[in-house]
Amino acid sequence: MIRIENLSKSFILHNQGGAVIPVMTEASLTVSPGECVGLTGQSGAGKSTLMRIVYGNYLAAGGSILVGGVDVAQAAPRQIIALRRQTLGYVSQFLRVVPRVPTLDVVAEPLLALGVAPAAAKDRAAALLARLNIPQRLWSLSPTTFSGGEQQRVNIARGFAHGYPALLLDEPTASLDAANREVVLTLIEEAKARGAAILGIFHDEAARARVCDRLVDVTGFTPRAAA
Amino acid sequence: MSEPGSGVSGADAYNFAYLDEQTKRMIRRALLKALAVPGYQVPFASREMPMPYGWGTGGVQVTAACLVPEDRLKVIDQGADDTTNAVSIRKFFSRTAGVETTEHTAEATLIQTRHRIPETPLRKGQILVYQVPIPEPLRFLEPRETETRKMHELEEYGLMHVKLYEDIARHGQIATSYAYPVKVEGRYVMDPSPIPKFDNPKLGDNPAIQLFGAGREQRIYALPPWTKAVSLDFDDHPFQASKAPHDCDLCGAAHSYLDEVITDDRGGRMFVCSDTDFCTGRQAAGHRGRLSPQEGL
Amino acid sequence: MAALEKSYEDQALLSVTGLTKRYGPRIGCAEVTFDLYPGEVLGIVGESGSGKSTLLSCLAGHLRPDLGRVSYDGRDVLGMAETERRRLGRTDWAYVHQNPRDGLRMGVSAGGNVGERLMAVGARHYGDIRAKATDWLGRVEIAADRIDDRPSAFSGGMQQRLQIARNLVTGPRLVFMDEPTGGLDVSVQARLLDLLRGLVRDLGLSVIIVTHDLAVVRLLAHRLMVMKDGRVVEQGLTDQVLDDPQHAYTQLLVSSVLQV
Repeated sequence: MIRIENLSKSFILHNQGGAVIPVMTEASLTVSPGECVGLTGQSGAGKSTLMRIVYGNYLAAGGSILVGGVDVAQAAPRQIIALRRQTLGYVSQFLRVVPRVPTLDVVAEPLLALGVAPAAAKDRAAALLARLNIPQRLWSLSPTTFSGGEQQRVNIARGFAHGYPALLLDEPTASLDAANREVVLTLIEEAKARGAAILGIFHDEAARARVCDRLVDVTGFTPRAAA
Repeated sequence: MSEPGSGVSGADAYNFAYLDEQTKRMIRRALLKALAVPGYQVPFASREMPMPYGWGTGGVQVTAACLVPEDRLKVIDQGADDTTNAVSIRKFFSRTAGVETTEHTAEATLIQTRHRIPETPLRKGQILVYQVPIPEPLRFLEPRETETRKMHELEEYGLMHVKLYEDIARHGQIATSYAYPVKVEGRYVMDPSPIPKFDNPKLGDNPAIQLFGAGREQRIYALPPWTKAVSLDFDDHPFQASKAPHDCDLCGAAHSYLDEVITDDRGGRMFVCSDTDFCTGRQAAGHRGRLSPQEGL
Repeated sequence: MAALEKSYEDQALLSVTGLTKRYGPRIGCAEVTFDLYPGEVLGIVGESGSGKSTLLSCLAGHLRPDLGRVSYDGRDVLGMAETERRRLGRTDWAYVHQNPRDGLRMGVSAGGNVGERLMAVGARHYGDIRAKATDWLGRVEIAADRIDDRPSAFSGGMQQRLQIARNLVTGPRLVFMDEPTGGLDVSVQARLLDLLRGLVRDLGLSVIIVTHDLAVVRLLAHRLMVMKDGRVVEQGLTDQVLDDPQHAYTQLLVSSVLQV
């Protein structure tokens, strides 16, 4: 489902004398449907950078990233938009929403974008929020005022609203209590069971051991000069 | 400037009816164009006239350009032959053109009017000249002349209905009661000058030639005989030609346009025909109204 | 999976090639080329004088470009008669001005403002026009009992929402927006952004939005075009351009935004 080959990435800082910072070279990995691959490596080794490149958020310098048959490294913006809408989900560590929009609508939005009927989309959103123990009285409020843990759970609900065939998870269990951590891990297991290919970053070793089928150390992708 | 006398001969005949021949030629060209494109506002080089703007300088120039010595002229102001404006314009042409004048609609060959169409139906061969203060019907909604001309060019008349919409929204009905816009031959939207909307149905399919002159704004437009002129309206709020719900208190006419006259300071009032010729004609024929002087008293 | 196969529309709604506008020796915008697809929101950012407003005016037909081609739905926009272009401007296209005073008739009631475009395309039934105006006021969150009030009695945010209703009532497919949230309070901006997002999604609108506010484009635009000195220096996916800018100017622009 996800196939990365010979991926390289460097940042060029034009406003700092054109400094070139190579961050990744010859990265290759694959994630099959139903499989969860965990990225490991020290902080700053490039785990999040790799995820962002796969999502099309960072521009690849070379190589290819095939997600569901689309090469993210070469695709036109609208192809990536369609890919993100239908195929590729991403749960980041930060919740970015329009202020004022109720939590329920935030979670339902990925479904509405796919043309799901509003009532059905909201039912699905409500079910996820309930499962993630977000009190119902908060559903009509904007999540911008929520605590870190609550925002994280809203973000996860949003990421799992649609059954994406491919999922990127950046620290999905961080800052969660035991009960909610259990819910999230179950959600991940359910996604795997329905055949989703998952690429994730888990600092939580127990969680990693429970859901990941394989681990890939990104340190191997770090360019020599910077290592 | 030499003032022509009442005689019409020699050089006087050449510069007949106040305006010099070059000016009349210019105005006649504008009139011909206006008749060829009904409802379209033709610019013309309006001259200074010996009366202030707003007193009918446009109408006077059109009248001067149309008059021939054989004409018989009638001038009305809001239907009346005897108001200052009507009297002074009639005198002006009587002195400068020496044409005959009349107060009878049926006898006149050319009628200059301010804000009315005579009650007596016009006939073939007559010319009705309107005095127009503001020729642009879109002016109050779109002040830019460049834009209104473009709107006429491209037939973008949605704005005209916005005005009517506003009327209904505010008053429950179309409250525009005078200068009610018409669409001419399905093409140009035209301001019929501030005639009451009661007169609007007479604009269309009229056997007479109708000419409109705006002196200050330097525009001439026209309705040739038997032209279609449809008052704008909504499907669910159709156009209605309204008048005061009374009969004339002098001649008893039930279907003529009425002026309300305050008769004392205790709330007394009467309604009389605004068309004085029509009213006197009916009275002469023996018609009587509520406040007519009693016979023999 | 079958539903997922139809990934995107293949036919561009608006296709712009080599668009150039000069003001004498000065460049307004130069050699701008892009395609806009149905349902897509394209943000154009850059500082004042970068040519983004000139570009928008050229696209919307308010300014005549010196060079280039603009094709809308397969039709040559620059070559068509003015009547046809203005008809597009009243039906298929909409233009939301930064200052609602430029886009509204301040002397006409809210209902009349919304109804004007309907009447311009031939609506002649007062009751229907009013019903549609009421419906649209509701969609932009203006109470129905304000329908006969003039925009001058409205707050800035309401005026802007009224302008949007007035523009969308004829069901346009392409909307041009010039700094639609400029000059509004931050809280009012958020409400407007939410409204716009919903309308864009529900009506499948294609939008070209010009702004200098990067936060606005991050939330609204799918794609971003960065302009400097009349030229497009970078374009791409909105979050990619903002998070991994490639051009020196974009890097400067992104790093200059104040963090809250």
